[in-house]
Amino acid sequence: MQPGDASARVYAQCLLSVYARLVTVPLTLLGLLEREPSHGYDLKRDYDAYFGRDKPLPFGQVYATLRRLARDGKVTGGDAEPGAGPDRKRYTITDVGTSEFDAWLGQPIEPEPHLQTVLFSKVVLALMLGRPAETYLDTQRAAHIRRMRELTEIKRTGGLMDALLADHGLFHLEADLRWIDVTSARLSALAELVAAS
Amino acid sequence: MTSLNVPAPRSGGCLIEARDVYRSFGHTPALTGASLAVTTGEILAVMGPSGSGKSTLLHCLAGIFTPDKGEVWFDGERLDTLSDTRRTELRRTAFGFVFQFGQLVPELTVTDNIALPLLLGRTGRKAAYARAAGWLPRLGLDGLGARRTGELSGGEAQRVALARAVVAQPKVLFADEPTGSLDTLTGELVMDLLVGVAREEGTTVVLVTHDARVAAYADREVLVRDGKVIDHSDLNVKVGQ
Repeated sequence: MQPGDASARVYAQCLLSVYARLVTVPLTLLGLLEREPSHGYDLKRDYDAYFGRDKPLPFGQVYATLRRLARDGKVTGGDAEPGAGPDRKRYTITDVGTSEFDAWLGQPIEPEPHLQTVLFSKVVLALMLGRPAETYLDTQRAAHIRRMRELTEIKRTGGLMDALLADHGLFHLEADLRWIDVTSARLSALAELVAAS
Repeated sequence: MTSLNVPAPRSGGCLIEARDVYRSFGHTPALTGASLAVTTGEILAVMGPSGSGKSTLLHCLAGIFTPDKGEVWFDGERLDTLSDTRRTELRRTAFGFVFQFGQLVPELTVTDNIALPLLLGRTGRKAAYARAAGWLPRLGLDGLGARRTGELSGGEAQRVALARAVVAQPKVLFADEPTGSLDTLTGELVMDLLVGVAREEGTTVVLVTHDARVAAYADREVLVRDGKVIDHSDLNVKVGQ
């Protein structure tokens, strides 16, 4: 494996996990079509440029998605234009599609409260079973910072879009780390609580 | 500004080391057997909560504090037993410092502040100012050379502090919460520059921070807890569920 392969893999893993929660393909294509009517090829190009640089959208998925959107009345495909290529239709968003896109855009993403995280469960179980909870937290801290280092390197060497995606991951990891630090500081009190219950 | 894409240099041997260091302030212990080795060219983050002893460790490594017990070594020389004069000389010639704030002379200009370590080191005035001026574009300070540092923004002041810390080409740069008084984006700019400069110049960095986002710029991090150093960097951390 070349060094570049490893960094590319890490890059893709880091960004995918963030990216997957942020957008969905059909709604994103609707958004691109609201800007202007487009061919499938142009939609794929724009999608890849803005949202899919780590995982380009396959042509097949673009056209399958457009067909579904057309079936559901969210877009219309004009007559096929002459020329080479798989699909020469020019797609236009409909009022139904615009309404759905507007509703999606205006609706906040469900905040994830993470009240029963794996981190929390592991700490409580470790204390319950007399295992070294502090060591577990330290190991987890090291793993978190390692991932933050990878994301920071992406920020330092990538463009603005990379930086924004990496930031999303970094802030979430930072929140976990703050919880890890606070829990480390409260471990004695938590141990007493677990022992008493 | 300096190029930010210089890869981390291959680390060499141990450059600076604390061996079982103890240091108290009155009856309050700050370090209770802290051991740490920093290799040449490494950027090391020292993390820990407030009062954990991380800044005291930095001050011991830099020869500002002498340990009550234990040893500090720098470049094959025992630092803690050196005379005050020799330690002062080392701090001026081999070490650079960036702190959270309050390190610049506000009445002096940006170029004056950057040239200061060179002038104190008896570099000629003309050469000192030429070298100081050379750092302005590298740190995005073009056009600010004649400005008094008391008139700068926090981010500009930290970039001047960084220039002043590295102008004499120290072997080690000690940075204690260098972004602690800055907002997120300004802090990131300062860290980008600090890491970029350190990698270009081959400078070893000891970076004290409580901020994980800052620590993530380092090659390695250690944690100071209850006066001791905890290093998990050699753990083969396999991420599971």
